[in-house]
Amino acid sequence: MRPRIESAVELIGPVALVAAVGLVATTLSRANEIYALNALVSVAIVVAIYVFVGTSGVLSFGQISFVAVGAFAAGIMTVPLESKRGVLTELFPFLRDHTIGNLPSLVLAAAVGGVFAFVVGLPLMRLSGLAAGIATFAVLEITHNVLREWTRIGPGATTLSLVPETVGPLQATLGAVVAIVVAFAYQRSRPGRLLRASREDPAAARGVGVDVHRQRLLAFTVSGALAGFAGGLLVHLLGSITTEQVYLELTFLTLAMLVVGGLTSLWGAVVGALAVSGLDSFLSQAEQGIHVGVKVDLPSGTRLVILGALMTLVLVLRPSGLTGGREFGPPSRMRR
Amino acid sequence: MIVASVDFQTLSDALGLGAIYALMAVGIGLVFGVLRLVNFAYGQLVMAGAYTLAFTSGWPVAASIVACFAVVVGLSLAMDRAVFRPLRGQSPAVMLVTTFAIAFVLQAIALIVDLRDNTIGEIASSVAPLNRSVSVGGVDVRKITIVAVVVAAVALALLALLLTRTTIGLHTRAAASDFRTARLLGVRANRVIAFAALLSGVLAATVSVLLTVQTPFVSPDFALRDTIVVLVGVVVGGIDRLWTATLGGFTIGFASGVINGALPTDKTVYLPSAVFALVILVLLLRPAGLFAWGRHAAAERV
Repeated sequence: MRPRIESAVELIGPVALVAAVGLVATTLSRANEIYALNALVSVAIVVAIYVFVGTSGVLSFGQISFVAVGAFAAGIMTVPLESKRGVLTELFPFLRDHTIGNLPSLVLAAAVGGVFAFVVGLPLMRLSGLAAGIATFAVLEITHNVLREWTRIGPGATTLSLVPETVGPLQATLGAVVAIVVAFAYQRSRPGRLLRASREDPAAARGVGVDVHRQRLLAFTVSGALAGFAGGLLVHLLGSITTEQVYLELTFLTLAMLVVGGLTSLWGAVVGALAVSGLDSFLSQAEQGIHVGVKVDLPSGTRLVILGALMTLVLVLRPSGLTGGREFGPPSRMRR
Repeated sequence: MIVASVDFQTLSDALGLGAIYALMAVGIGLVFGVLRLVNFAYGQLVMAGAYTLAFTSGWPVAASIVACFAVVVGLSLAMDRAVFRPLRGQSPAVMLVTTFAIAFVLQAIALIVDLRDNTIGEIASSVAPLNRSVSVGGVDVRKITIVAVVVAAVALALLALLLTRTTIGLHTRAAASDFRTARLLGVRANRVIAFAALLSGVLAATVSVLLTVQTPFVSPDFALRDTIVVLVGVVVGGIDRLWTATLGGFTIGFASGVINGALPTDKTVYLPSAVFALVILVLLLRPAGLFAWGRHAAAERV
């Protein structure tokens, strides 16, 4: 049994890092603040993905579906009534004629994400390996297709705008911290450890009576709820959203963040999200020319090349990610 | 009724698409067989070939095609040497995400190269004449459809010969069925993997020529959607064996060709949902693949 204090350190590390980013955000100009806030929302999304993919070892391309439904649920329910009646005329009456506050909308986003994940996971969690990857990808495609075409539940292919931009440094930081704390509580709980056991050796876990399907479904649901919540944060940060923003690119980017950080630890999820977002914002600044001791001025378009090349390099040199898939802690016990 | 509106024209186009997707499926399946790596960057190999064709439009067709093969095969081998080899034996998630990153890099490079003339997209005109149609028994068939089907059939036959009749082919099949045992018995891992990468590159180059003839407009996301569809087809068909993967690729290409040709566009808005719901259903019923029978159906890999 690990002493309680060491497990507390595992939680304090990621929380402190996120809080530091939140603090830095308050010192930045309006134009640069968005980079830090984006990074914090990415942390929430990547942590959500980690709860399922990292703990179960089953690859999922579907978690961004839950981000998408969370974002659209929270967005549509907070657009002011007058503008909603004017613009989103085709909505179902109960969506069109009601509006809720920012915080309730985040709870709603988490609930919608969780319920959707549970329903989808019920059949899908029987799959593993590539079949699971493709099936969850199919969920992403279906979600995207329906959100894009069905104008009774959302804006369809047009942009959902006029969502109150309530997510500032404080809310973004708190949002990321909530995601981290929930993920931590889950992975320290009995179900979390049972699922981890099944990740290391499915046959042995089944042998000692772990109901793998049930544990995966639980993790998938928790992950879906967190992803929905993160989607709510995202829409309240941006103020507007389209279905394309919560689709393939975000799926690949967030998965890459998780793997670059280290697939099997919460610390890895947080570090990966912050490292990749930080690098991305630095490079996009560098494309416009900035001074960091020396003047950095990249030709436009090189940002994506460098970002991709560095990610490839990290994965080739350190396949288990920047953190090696370990939790935060003093170097002396840096082993699993 | 859907069936009523499927004419011969649609069927022949679907056949051509199925043939091209089958080739892509083999290219992806070969590398998966020896490395257990799903190469998401496969579409970018095809894209690189398409750009080569576009940039060499002024050259004689044969030279243009040779250049395309040289670039794609070179890129495929470089990818193997620089990335796949060091990652051998890593978890599937890490390998797959690495190929995302490579795809990302190649696409970003293509964008920079493409934007030198300040417009997105290039036209590959030298191979376009193949797109004309000929009349077969009163029905217009595009030449490329015939070419695609013939090329695919010949390529698959050659590949089958190569894999069954040569030593390196035998080694590759041995490595695909059990890499560790094959190595213990003296199969040289790096050679087999390089061989798979080489074949996979040749197939990608073939696909770029065939696809570029059909859609001469080349942009950085060329073949991206096709790759995703083929990957779905390959897994649905059964990625563990080359022929089930190929059949899966062909089936999904043929099916999308028929569906796109048969349904009017205003009826197809929810078509992707219907197709992917079917994909989920098939995976739930036959997780090892639609065409995987016998002992392979029971084995759960990865």
